[in-house]
Amino acid sequence: MPASTPAPKIGLFVTCPVDLMRPSVAFACIKLLEDAGCEVVVPPQSCCGQVAWNNGLSGEARTLARQVVAAFAAVDYVVAPSGSCASMLKNHYPTLFADSDELARVEAFSARVYELTVFLHDVLGVQSNSPAPAENSKTVAYHDSCAGLRELGIRQQPRALARHYRGVHLGDLEDSETCCGFGGTFCVKFADISNHMVTAKARQVAALHPDLLLGGDLSCLLNLAGKLRRQGDRDTRVFHIAEFLAGWDDRPALGWEE
Amino acid sequence: MTAPAEDFIARSREALGDTSLQAALARARPGFVRKRASAVALVANFDALKAKAKAVRQRSLRDLDSYLAVFEQRVTAAGGRVHWAATTADLRRIVLDIARATGARSATKGKTMVGEEAKLNEALEEAGIQPRETDLGEYIIQLAGEPPSHIVAPALHKTRAQIVELFLRDHHLGERELASVKDLVDEARTVIRRHYLEADIGITGANILIADTGTCVLCTNEGNGDLTASLPNTHIVTTSIDKVVASWDDASALLRVLARSATGQAITTYTSFYGPRGDGDLDGPEHFHVVLLDNRRSQLLGSDFQEMLQCIKCGACMNHCPVYQAVGGHSYNSVYPGPMGAVLTPLLRGEPGDFALADASTFCGRCEEVCPVGIPLPALLRKLREMSARQRGQGPGPWLIKGFTWLARHPRLYRWSTSLTTALLARISGRRGSWRRFPGLGRWLRYRDLAAPQGSSFQHQWRKARGGEDRA
Repeated sequence: MPASTPAPKIGLFVTCPVDLMRPSVAFACIKLLEDAGCEVVVPPQSCCGQVAWNNGLSGEARTLARQVVAAFAAVDYVVAPSGSCASMLKNHYPTLFADSDELARVEAFSARVYELTVFLHDVLGVQSNSPAPAENSKTVAYHDSCAGLRELGIRQQPRALARHYRGVHLGDLEDSETCCGFGGTFCVKFADISNHMVTAKARQVAALHPDLLLGGDLSCLLNLAGKLRRQGDRDTRVFHIAEFLAGWDDRPALGWEE
Repeated sequence: MTAPAEDFIARSREALGDTSLQAALARARPGFVRKRASAVALVANFDALKAKAKAVRQRSLRDLDSYLAVFEQRVTAAGGRVHWAATTADLRRIVLDIARATGARSATKGKTMVGEEAKLNEALEEAGIQPRETDLGEYIIQLAGEPPSHIVAPALHKTRAQIVELFLRDHHLGERELASVKDLVDEARTVIRRHYLEADIGITGANILIADTGTCVLCTNEGNGDLTASLPNTHIVTTSIDKVVASWDDASALLRVLARSATGQAITTYTSFYGPRGDGDLDGPEHFHVVLLDNRRSQLLGSDFQEMLQCIKCGACMNHCPVYQAVGGHSYNSVYPGPMGAVLTPLLRGEPGDFALADASTFCGRCEEVCPVGIPLPALLRKLREMSARQRGQGPGPWLIKGFTWLARHPRLYRWSTSLTTALLARISGRRGSWRRFPGLGRWLRYRDLAAPQGSSFQHQWRKARGGEDRA
């Protein structure tokens, strides 16, 4: 971007799982965005309301949505390291306010929301024309999370960015478009079915036997990493795509001891 | 209070432990997904076909009453009869009245999901009329005394070994063995052929009704529909009011997406068009009846759930649903399983446990992606969750979520308590990266470890690094 253009001001929407479980993902986002010439701020925030919305509590979800819209009023873009939370902000907020006079304000907010890899690739134009030389011969697999894939069309962005930043080709799991079984409260309400789904996913990971397993949604990764670990897998190291792009995959993997 | 989801959970747990069922599901799933994908890839622009099909369905629902009136008028003018069944009981009564009037003792049946919905077979049996299924899948589950587990492949839950066992039990095979699939099909064909010739009435469903010409369209792959419809002297079509479209053009727009979505065929082996016997026709049934079931469908018109009536019953949503694929159709305890069933069952039947079916989804969205008529299934499931949250109110789930939401509404308190909690948890876990046990997390930890938090919350670390600037 030309030097004369003022740096776009990004409000980082951290997401609950990252805020509470894995702050390094948020720090990686800040590094990536600042390196790409953005100014990053972190407005005070909590939950986007997705848990309430998906459990039929639309009133509660609306309350939280208003709070998020207000907190991010002063930024150019809202960026979230999660397809599912970004889609909540981008696609579901307007639905929540469909019949209200707040709709225009919410739509203006939603239009500025992007998932991290989409923002880097599609908006900032971080391109893979001159990919970085491959750092090593690691096999790296990518898990496409459902909301990102189907609600935001995220597929080639993380793959292109992995080539650009790390010179790495991301491998696809077999059945890569099938859900890992997380599904928010689904994984505890329907624990047996969720287990069936994540077991199938773990089988597909084992078949590819990657050194690293990446994804764009920490919640799905918690599910996958937890299952792999329970099965005694001590080889597959799980990271959020932001951590990998930032080159932080030499740090402790998700669920691994330091 | 037991959560209404418990029934589904209990059935699904049984299904997950049923090795035969799991084998049958594992066998069926990749075929459905792959075949649909190849069929879609062979079309220049499947999305355009989907958009057209969706538009056809939406238009027909918008003017459903007038299309139905035209359909009835055309069928009547051609010498047939249209009957209106407000409820499933009405449908049973109407069919039985027709059957009794003809003195019928046996009826062949093509696959009719509306017949399943109305439990028509039981009613026929009670009235002393032997219903004989002619669709191979339906025939198998009739032998087994089971309901269908899939709307296109009713015996999908059965393994070949189980089918052989049923045939060995019920057929007089003598020395013959049923070693191959061909043997099984031949055996069924021999028996079912006899049934065609004995039948007094034939009952089929319909995939589409065409108002312009009063035509019933039926898609099959076995040709059983045609023999059921044309050999007996009376043909009864049992279907539902939502199936009507304006014209043959509209019908062909649906046919272009139906078989591709269902079985990955460009078109089903047999696509049949039925109506009353014409003056110049050399053959065909003398009596032609169409029984149109409402069963609360008309209440969905103009409601938040009207889009569900766009459904053309292709089964793509269940073929691609990870939950259906894990637990099979019987777990849904409804003739309509999978995502479309999870929406339709509470709306059409509305038993207390039915609403819990809407919870059994991760909202992965694959059903909506493959739906050929653009039904926003996840959004409809979410609306059902909203309805049941309003009715149910205060289950333990909602309280937890409401508590969390309350906390999330107080950002300062949220940040303070979460940073304290995560820091504490990180300290407790020490250098362990994951937990295998933790109080209150049993449902997660039963099957997987949980990564411990890295330290205090990100927001806490961030503000600390920035000198606590969010105090303002």
